[in-house]
Amino acid sequence: MEEETELASSNKSWVVSAVGITLVLFAVSALLGFIIFPAAEGRESESLWASICRAAGLPVSSTVNTEGIQGTKVAIANAVPSIPPGESIGRGATLAQQCAICHGPTGVSRADAPNLAGQYPTVTYKQLRDFKDHVRVSAVMSPFAEHLTEENIQDLAAYYASLQRIELKTAKPGVAAPTIVVSGAPLRGIAPCGSCHGAIENKLGSPWLEGQSVVYLRNQLEAFAQGSRRNDVNEQMRNVARAMTQEEIEAAAQYYASKPHPPEI
Amino acid sequence: MLHSRKLILAHFWLAFIAFGAALLLGAWQMFVRSPLSGWISNPEWYYRSLTAHGTVMGYVFPTLVAMGFGYAITESSLKQNLIGRRWAWAGFLLILMGSVVAMVPVSMGLASVLYTFYPPMIGNPLYYIGVVLVVVGSWIWVGLMSINLRIWKKAHPGEAVPLAMFANVAGSYLWAWTAVGAALELLLQIIPVSLGLKSTIDAGLARVFFSWTLHAIVYFWLMPTYIAYYTIVPRAIGGRLYSDTMGRISFILFLVVAMPIGIHHAFADPQVGAGFKFIHSAFTALVALPTLLTVFTICASVEIAARLRGGRGPFGWVTALPWKNPIMLAVAFSFVMLGFGGAGGLINMSYQLDTTIHNTQWITGHFHLIFGGAIVIMYFAIAYDLWPHLTGRSLGSEWLMRTQLWLWFIGMIITTFPWHYVGILGMPRRMAFFDYTSPALQPEALSVAISAFGGFILVISGFLFLAILYRGQFGERNEPGSYSFAQALHMPQKVPAALNGYALWVALMIGLTVTNYGYPILQLALRNDTSVPAVYVGVQ
Repeated sequence: MEEETELASSNKSWVVSAVGITLVLFAVSALLGFIIFPAAEGRESESLWASICRAAGLPVSSTVNTEGIQGTKVAIANAVPSIPPGESIGRGATLAQQCAICHGPTGVSRADAPNLAGQYPTVTYKQLRDFKDHVRVSAVMSPFAEHLTEENIQDLAAYYASLQRIELKTAKPGVAAPTIVVSGAPLRGIAPCGSCHGAIENKLGSPWLEGQSVVYLRNQLEAFAQGSRRNDVNEQMRNVARAMTQEEIEAAAQYYASKPHPPEI
Repeated sequence: MLHSRKLILAHFWLAFIAFGAALLLGAWQMFVRSPLSGWISNPEWYYRSLTAHGTVMGYVFPTLVAMGFGYAITESSLKQNLIGRRWAWAGFLLILMGSVVAMVPVSMGLASVLYTFYPPMIGNPLYYIGVVLVVVGSWIWVGLMSINLRIWKKAHPGEAVPLAMFANVAGSYLWAWTAVGAALELLLQIIPVSLGLKSTIDAGLARVFFSWTLHAIVYFWLMPTYIAYYTIVPRAIGGRLYSDTMGRISFILFLVVAMPIGIHHAFADPQVGAGFKFIHSAFTALVALPTLLTVFTICASVEIAARLRGGRGPFGWVTALPWKNPIMLAVAFSFVMLGFGGAGGLINMSYQLDTTIHNTQWITGHFHLIFGGAIVIMYFAIAYDLWPHLTGRSLGSEWLMRTQLWLWFIGMIITTFPWHYVGILGMPRRMAFFDYTSPALQPEALSVAISAFGGFILVISGFLFLAILYRGQFGERNEPGSYSFAQALHMPQKVPAALNGYALWVALMIGLTVTNYGYPILQLALRNDTSVPAVYVGVQ
């Protein structure tokens, strides 16, 4: 009995000291971290409360005007069904007649617009949605996309994905892959083009580029670099394009335009 | 006496086989990103390998070692049969199954997201589900450790829990609580996105959750090593443990302060306030305390052994130590690596100094030196010490074991010292490719090449270790007697209740989690503007 009392009393003193020491340590570090150091940084015209909030990580409402700057609204993971219903392709074919003037009756363009035959459905879907949502802007495309419904966009994506990828007559085989495509430029934080656009790996939402018009490819890279196109997820393409030199942009555009075959499905 | 030998051997064999495979991947990674190899042209292969290496070395290997060793400690220190052996097998099978389920998508390139998950990258759901299975398997072990101790305590009222078991259960409680962070991240955030139920993820919140797990997991890996320091080393070299109480205090300090400090991994993250970063930095400094206590106590214990063997003088006793004993050698190497690794860790934990090395190769060098070096070399020692008791056969030549330990030590120093150095030069981590022809990177080339050779030495040592254990399965039959732990200089007669149980320390650990993590988590969880689109890996 006596032993138990002894154990209990010694435990009580352990509890008091352990909790006490922990509380003091926490209080001292909180005092330093939330009050003394932020105040010592000495931001003028900042109240004590504001500096505590800053130390706690409370975001201050931004004064940057973000109006008109919007990212893509498309959730690409589940944007399109993996196997589209057959009637969807049929409806898409009808709708695609209005696209043929630029993108070609077989989805292969003679007007420096992208070739869409066999493009991943996610890609076509995302771009049409971004045009419709005014996240990507083009004097030519925006008016077309404006009136498309969600179902229309699904159907067009399914239709173009169903078309056969054909060999292109504009190809100039034998152009060696430039470094930017194969290895990127790690020192400038540029991943290889091929790590998203095929050859190394395909990332969801990234189009294949082989055989696209050199003018189109160059223009898009420049638009990303200048920030006039901004519908890329997480600014991936803008970050890449901004860091690319004019020579690299030219080399990448020439290389992809010269490839004879779009990738096999 | 060990009754569950098959169970313990199964844990160790699975752990070490997985370790051998992951070690090969690690050496390959060192090679391909060094100037010794041409560019493999496909970074995805590198990240695939890195994901497998990290997942096995971080989740599977140390967890199995802690579990196997935990079962051995339960039976030998409490001198009672393991209660719940079937459950223990179920936990083992869950880990085996989880490892396979996780590794299949990783091998197929469907989950090259690295073992730290790094959302908004999202891989195949099976990868995450596999990791969850591994954690659930280990939670069974946590439950069993707790139950076994409780039953023993009922049968032995008022007796001091043996130090090995006290530490073992402290480690299991630490793991149970620290795994909650990653579990919340996986179950609430990553898996729903991975299954396609959601397409955006709060990457900042996910990183805060992961930091909850990420630092204390290292202390969970470290527990078997520290248990070996306190309870195997003094016995193996013929000495006494200097202080049993010091051991208890060290382990409860780990339990309390190893976990609420993880935000020092997120010093460069904008979503956490500087005040919380400072608090975590201050508490990280505290976690040096149990390590310093341990170094002092073990050095004192080793000195006792030396003096018992006739060692004299203030430093002369060092020569009287049994240097041919593999355990002696292992603990010496472990301390040297712990010393350098710990010194490097002081840089990482400081909010200010960390900015010079954050996200550089310094960090990878640091955790390989601490985990791969100081911790894993003691896993080898534990296996060497336990093996004859598990197989009932002698393990064979000590010369081979010493060679293996020397190679591991030399290999780890050659690997990690240049690794730290290139980090100071600014070489970033997690990169698949370095163009050493660039003048900016040329000064790093030689160090990286040397480091890769260190990796090759580690492979030789790792496979020598496997060969020694394998040979041990077929060695000469030999009854090694009952397995015992070190005796303390003054064996505890009466231990304060606080140092014989965990309630107070678990309460403090949870309390500090609330104070140190509560606001950063709530703030991010309650805001609706902190999510970003997921980046899916390996799908089109």
